[in-house]
Amino acid sequence: MSVLIYAESENGQLKKIALELASFGKAIADQLNTNLVAVTINCENNDLLGNYGVNEVLAASQQGDFNAQQYAATLSEAAKSIGAHTIAVSSSADSRFLAPLVAVTLDAGYVTNVVGAPISSNPFQVKRSVFTNKAFSVCEIATEVKMVGLSKNAFGVHENQTTATITNFSPASAASDMKVTALDKATDTVTIADAEIVVSGGRGLKGPENWHLIEDLADTLGAATACSKPVSDMGWRPHSEHVGQTGKPVASNLYIAIGVSGAIQHLAGINSSKVKVVINNDPEAPFFKAADYGVVGDAFEVVPKMIEKLKSFQAENA
Amino acid sequence: MKILVCISHVPDTTSKINFVENDTQFDTQGVQFIINPNDEFGLTRAMWFKEKSGASVDVINVGGPETEATLRKALAIGADNAIRVNTAARDAQQVAKEIVTVMQQNSYDLVIAGRESIDYNGGMVPGMIAALKGMNYLNNCIGLEIEGSQATAIREMDGGKETVTTPLPLVIGAQKGLVEESDLRIPNMRGIMMARKKPLTVVEPTQEGQQVQTISFEKPAPKGAVKLVDPENIDELISLLHNEAKVI
Ligand SMILES: Cc1cc2nc3c(=O)[nH]c(=O)nc-3n(C[C@H](O)[C@H](O)[C@H](O)COP(=O)(O)OP(=O)(O)OC[C@H]3O[C@@H](n4cnc5c(N)ncnc54)[C@H](O)[C@@H]3O)c2cc1C
Repeated sequence: MSVLIYAESENGQLKKIALELASFGKAIADQLNTNLVAVTINCENNDLLGNYGVNEVLAASQQGDFNAQQYAATLSEAAKSIGAHTIAVSSSADSRFLAPLVAVTLDAGYVTNVVGAPISSNPFQVKRSVFTNKAFSVCEIATEVKMVGLSKNAFGVHENQTTATITNFSPASAASDMKVTALDKATDTVTIADAEIVVSGGRGLKGPENWHLIEDLADTLGAATACSKPVSDMGWRPHSEHVGQTGKPVASNLYIAIGVSGAIQHLAGINSSKVKVVINNDPEAPFFKAADYGVVGDAFEVVPKMIEKLKSFQAENA
Repeated sequence: MKILVCISHVPDTTSKINFVENDTQFDTQGVQFIINPNDEFGLTRAMWFKEKSGASVDVINVGGPETEATLRKALAIGADNAIRVNTAARDAQQVAKEIVTVMQQNSYDLVIAGRESIDYNGGMVPGMIAALKGMNYLNNCIGLEIEGSQATAIREMDGGKETVTTPLPLVIGAQKGLVEESDLRIPNMRGIMMARKKPLTVVEPTQEGQQVQTISFEKPAPKGAVKLVDPENIDELISLLHNEAKVI
């Protein structure tokens, strides 16, 4: 009956989304009056999960690179071995990759983009975002085994002190003839998926030669950089930075848009960020209707000032 | 090589999102429907394989008769055959199972679906097809080359990308980057004329039951007005972000 989560780690350390997922899993376990079990793969700090309400960790180790088929098989086997009826995963690229495979194996009804603890546990109903954050829906999962994917930053990280028992878990080895031949992962930059703060630039920046403004502001804030669609279409910035309805979703704590008009497709993708700031010289730009804070002004003047002021603020508060 | 492209029929990205019947149905009044953008990236890549190596391209949609205009558009872009499974899409596994049933009749080397649809954003159908059929699967696909029966595909992940080799058959979840925006094709008159003559086969559904049901919809609460800060007073912005919003 337990609730099972897949707690992701990177380089052996639990990711922040794993702690948020544990907090979410704990809320479901409390609703269902059951315990919370986490599966980890190649994780070295399993103990930490105990601080977020996890009662038991099934610690698996897997050779080689991330492989969705093998990781899905591990998670499915763990779910079967403990008879889990509710399985929760995060919205990371890897979890979204492997979760549909698990849902089919377990014949589980699966709902992604869930924005909070279940509304009710019997019937099992959850709220999710739809139409790329332009609306929500309430969904009911009717299958015996239920799967939910939590939207990033939708539940938050909440401490719940317990002590997690850690058990080694050795799944039967699953064969896969998919092989990773090259891995290209930035190690020194903050990614849009993990960032607390995202600084985004639009066509108002006039050209790629001005991107040092975005980068410097991002560096000052420890933020990830992003851009609007035309900026990536014109090759000013890589596609991986394109955010919005047809690009990446952003669910950061703070989203700063500079020289971005705020087209509906852009806003859809960044709407679940908690606080939005816009800097734009056109007071009529639609972004001002979606933002919490705004500066009507020229980015080329406002951004350098902002960097300077932030640096002195940081020096004072250091 | 035989390719199947899954086409989702979705509201245009500028559509007003409203609900009717006590907030249980999406209001389609005045809404323009399009090929889901992620599916269109996939379809465009399929056209490339058709032109380069003579692949045949089928498109499929699980949906009512109203989706046929969208399938015809895919034919006008250059797909050879369209298949519509005549039932409303209820949930991801039902859609995946209907598509897999059609796949039993034709053996496809490559199945392309969008990473997610822009209406329900489920992001599950391609993975479920792969799992149901025991095929290999790669999502967030931003590059795909095929040599004989071997594919080399690039997957975007959080903070990077990886290159994966896999034998066919393969299912991918397509997204921008698989082709460039400028590669997308607007159907020309000849394409539209030809599309009228291309086969659009309607098959009856085989799946019953439902795992996940949408009970109701709601719109986000209206947002408060923006707080404007004078560009000459950026200190105030920093203080608001620190003391009020508590994000820095
Ligand atoms: C199917 C479809 C999907 C789409 N998906 C996306 C998506 O996922 N993401 C996305 O971003 N877009 C998307 N778009 C495009 C979207 O409609 C807009 O065209 C795009 O977001 C505009 O980008 P922008 O804000 O950078 O440029 P613009 O709209 O050109 O805005 C530039 C802004 O910069 C301001 N500006 C100019 N100079 C200065 C200055 N010196 N200082 C300060 N401000 C200045 C201007 O006032 C203006 O508001 C999509 C469109 C379609 C049709």
